[in-house]
Amino acid sequence: MIRVWLPAHLRTLAKAGTEVEVEVNGSVTVNSVLNAVEARYPMLQGTLRDHVTKQRRPYIRFFACEQDFSLDSPDTPLPEAVASGKEPFMIVGAIAGG
Amino acid sequence: MSNVRVLVGTRKGAFILTSDGKRQKWDVSGPYFGGWEIYHVKASPADPNRLYASQSSGWFGQTVQRSKDGGKTWEPVGNKFVYDGTPGTHKWYDGTPHPWEFKRVWHFEPSLSDPDTVYAGIEDAAIFRTTDGGATWQELPGLRGHGTGPHWQPGAGGMCLHTILLDPANPGRMYIAISAAGAFRSDDAGQTWKPINRGLRSEYIPDPDAEVGHCVHRIAMHRSRPNTLFMQKHWDVMRTDNAGDSWQNVNGNLPTENGAPDSRRGFGFVIDVNTNEPETIYVVPIKSDSEHFPHNGSLRVYRSRTGGNEWEPLTKGLPQSNCYVNILRDAMAVDSLDQCGVYFGTTGGQVYASADAGDTWSPIVHDLPAVLSVEVQTLS
Repeated sequence: MIRVWLPAHLRTLAKAGTEVEVEVNGSVTVNSVLNAVEARYPMLQGTLRDHVTKQRRPYIRFFACEQDFSLDSPDTPLPEAVASGKEPFMIVGAIAGG
Repeated sequence: MSNVRVLVGTRKGAFILTSDGKRQKWDVSGPYFGGWEIYHVKASPADPNRLYASQSSGWFGQTVQRSKDGGKTWEPVGNKFVYDGTPGTHKWYDGTPHPWEFKRVWHFEPSLSDPDTVYAGIEDAAIFRTTDGGATWQELPGLRGHGTGPHWQPGAGGMCLHTILLDPANPGRMYIAISAAGAFRSDDAGQTWKPINRGLRSEYIPDPDAEVGHCVHRIAMHRSRPNTLFMQKHWDVMRTDNAGDSWQNVNGNLPTENGAPDSRRGFGFVIDVNTNEPETIYVVPIKSDSEHFPHNGSLRVYRSRTGGNEWEPLTKGLPQSNCYVNILRDAMAVDSLDQCGVYFGTTGGQVYASADAGDTWSPIVHDLPAVLSVEVQTLS
């Protein structure tokens, strides 16, 4: 089970808590985790990445194990601590705006 | 007795204001979707409890909310707005080609007869339609594809399709407006379109009489006279009596900057028509496109009872000094009670109402986030 943290506005939109759990079959990557999140919470489709190109939205970042995976290939395997559920995969809204 | 429900979209959420037919005491509910930009909330004329809200954010993009109970509860529906085919390019601010990119929904216009059918005006300018209550959205590509699309350029607020008018007498006829491309009409339910900008004159473009390129801010229609439209352009208030085939300037005695030429008279964003008097129209003049606040710090609605040209300032109950708010293009609406109610919202967070067709005004609320849109329902 993968633990995923959502930003506050998306928790409200998804009617979910701070942390949600999703099942990922196969390699645990940014893409596979987001696919699982969007499958469980369809209202989040398009809010994290583009519907068609799957590009990350500019003010969304992906952190885990004190590392920033936002600029890595979304198919790069995430750390074992995320795959095992020991550490959460954090979806973060950039500190910006007013 | 009838009730009135005012749907307010703001920079930080939606609010619903309700009153009885006297329109003196108001209940305020919200914020709904707190923290999100709500560009527009609109109800279906076919089912007054069916509402659609455009919810967007710089972080999370576009979502669409639907209510089936008059705004008590909401559910997110489809938010996938993908241009038909290869999107192509329009002109960027510097004149270079720029790919069409979806940014947000500015305006929803529900069908007059089917609560599951809604038109959406988006940025970058295009018109979409759902026929399944918002679950899926499809572009009506004939608008961008009719020929002038590659020449459209954004205004300062983005290249938005902000106005959609449905002709109640002719189901195939609809009008849209885009900043800064102009007005367009379809006579076949959105399949094909043509520009309807003859008579508009815009000194800020190379050819002031060009077929497209005009910064139309808003168009309004009285449902009993769908061939007559009133337009608030970047500068100028205009009218047509032949469904947009030609337009005439009706600025008349609207205010202008001191000493400015007539070509700089009549700037503003909103325009609307009295429900009971099809020749009574309302605008809120704004000093200029570089300042975006009322003349002399005095907030005045101007009313014409002659369909333009002859205007009277309406000031009772409105601040007449030190007022520097703006009234954005979708932020005025009218109810359909015997004494027409007129409503508008400001970037300062006030929503003003007049229950006597504009003679006197009072704020329903005065400390909301900046108001982006105001719509009104008259409920029996």
